Amino acid sequence: MAKIYSKETLVTPSMKPKKETVSFLLNYSKALSFLKVGNLKLEVIAN
Amino acid sequence: MANVQTPDALLVKNYVAGDESALATLINRHQSKIYGFIFSKIADRDLTDDIFQDTFIKVIKTLKSNSYNEEGKFLPWVMRIAHNLIIDHFRKNKKMPMFRETEEFSIFSIMSDGSHTIENQMITEQVEKDLKKLIEELPEDQKQVLVMRIYQDLSFKEISEITGVSINTALGRMRYALMNLRKVIDKHQIILTN
Repeated sequence: MAKIYSKETLVTPSMKPKKETVSFLLNYSKALSFLKVGNLKLEVIAN
Repeated sequence: MANVQTPDALLVKNYVAGDESALATLINRHQSKIYGFIFSKIADRDLTDDIFQDTFIKVIKTLKSNSYNEEGKFLPWVMRIAHNLIIDHFRKNKKMPMFRETEEFSIFSIMSDGSHTIENQMITEQVEKDLKKLIEELPEDQKQVLVMRIYQDLSFKEISEITGVSINTALGRMRYALMNLRKVIDKHQIILTN
């Protein structure tokens, strides 16, 4: 019979990105928009 | 009262429609899984943050440009982007991904038998070392599925989507990985008990 070595699930302990990283992403998202010119989609970053 | 969670697909739809808070919810909901997945391959906090950031920049660009067409599969889609960026990282550095133990992280350090005697600790360490060696001997495709399933707790559906193979193939690889591990254990009469 196979023996189980662990009692708990072998999931990597909870890890999170830095607050600055998440904050950057949310601000980047707010600043980014796309402008459609003909067949092209142009990225526009608001200052 | 039941805890009702807004489905990912609805959050994606709201975000595409201009609701910026939906992105914060999606990041908050999945950050641990995605960050943990990247860190398990990279084992460097700063690089993991960089790849996490690049992953979501791609997500944001794709969603904002209305190029996303995988409704209902948000997490596997993001994990696939992260997986591709990890491969790009190793290609750039001409290194194969390896699970290296560092002071900060050991994939086997989270295995515990619940007791703290020195003898048990030594036996556990030996078992972990032996098992690690055995897993390293597996063919790459089988090892990948086994690590994703057992250590990263991904479902076979998620594994199939990240690796780009069918669920049946992923299941088959897991089965062969376990069969091969058992074969080697039997052949060499390795004792993996505590």
